[in-house]
Amino acid sequence: MRLKWWHIGLLLCLGVALISPLASGFPDGLEKVAEDKGFIETALEAPYQLIADYVFPGIGSEALATIIAGIIGTLVLFGVAYGIARLLTLRRREVD
Amino acid sequence: MHIPDGFLNIATVGTTYAVSAGGVGYGLRKARSKLMEKQVPMMGIMAAFIFAAQMLNFPIIGGTSGHLIGAALAAILLGPGSAVLIMACILIAQCLIFQDGGLLALGANVLNMGIIASFAGYYLYLGTTRILGEERRGRLFGGFIAAWGSVFLASIACAIELAVSGTVPIRVALPAMAGWHALIGIGEGAITVAVLSFVMATRSDLLELRKV
Repeated sequence: MRLKWWHIGLLLCLGVALISPLASGFPDGLEKVAEDKGFIETALEAPYQLIADYVFPGIGSEALATIIAGIIGTLVLFGVAYGIARLLTLRRREVD
Repeated sequence: MHIPDGFLNIATVGTTYAVSAGGVGYGLRKARSKLMEKQVPMMGIMAAFIFAAQMLNFPIIGGTSGHLIGAALAAILLGPGSAVLIMACILIAQCLIFQDGGLLALGANVLNMGIIASFAGYYLYLGTTRILGEERRGRLFGGFIAAWGSVFLASIACAIELAVSGTVPIRVALPAMAGWHALIGIGEGAITVAVLSFVMATRSDLLELRKV
């Protein structure tokens, strides 16, 4: 298989996922506002947890658990968006 | 800016879901009629990149962080319809798999970070490049304006949703949300400009494709 530009692109995306443990742990803009203005407690827990807060469950190292979560998400999003785009262009070809 | 459940009342949940469903429908129709086969890998890469980059919170002042939204970048490279689709995929995955953003708040999150940010980014970019020209300088400056504006406007939409839900008064929510996100938007602008210049240097032909 010939190496295409998007193979390298996907590797770069996975590279970004690899450095995800370096992310700042500070609250984001909305969380900060919710804390400062006193409505953070009204937030509800999710009814179920899969890979909650980008930490893959059952792994001792939080950095590793974050990297695994990031890699899973990156691959899932590539696959889903590629798949939807592919279906949409295929369907058009049938219509033409 | 992912809203958790509990911040929005049921009327806001219903309204934002309805508007977002319409926006995603628009994106699907646009993509079905205009998306080119050559753009299919770019759709996947854009979704993967924005997801990964959203994990990388960068610190700003005052013990607060921000992260890329990415809608402006996607809209500049692929057009607003495709950007809405990409952002909806990301926000749905973040909600269902990573418990980032509430299930009931998903409609509002898609509206703010998907629809509003994509269209704001797209038209700010178009406007800026129309004034400054389609040269490298105009495009990068346009990318910065688009990125900053997309974050700023999304945060204002978020503040309005919180206020109409009765969670926090608008006079409190609006300056706080807009203020923090005016700063976070600078980070969005910097990342967007960096990625745009990378794409220009490596695959400038992708910038010329018909936008969806």
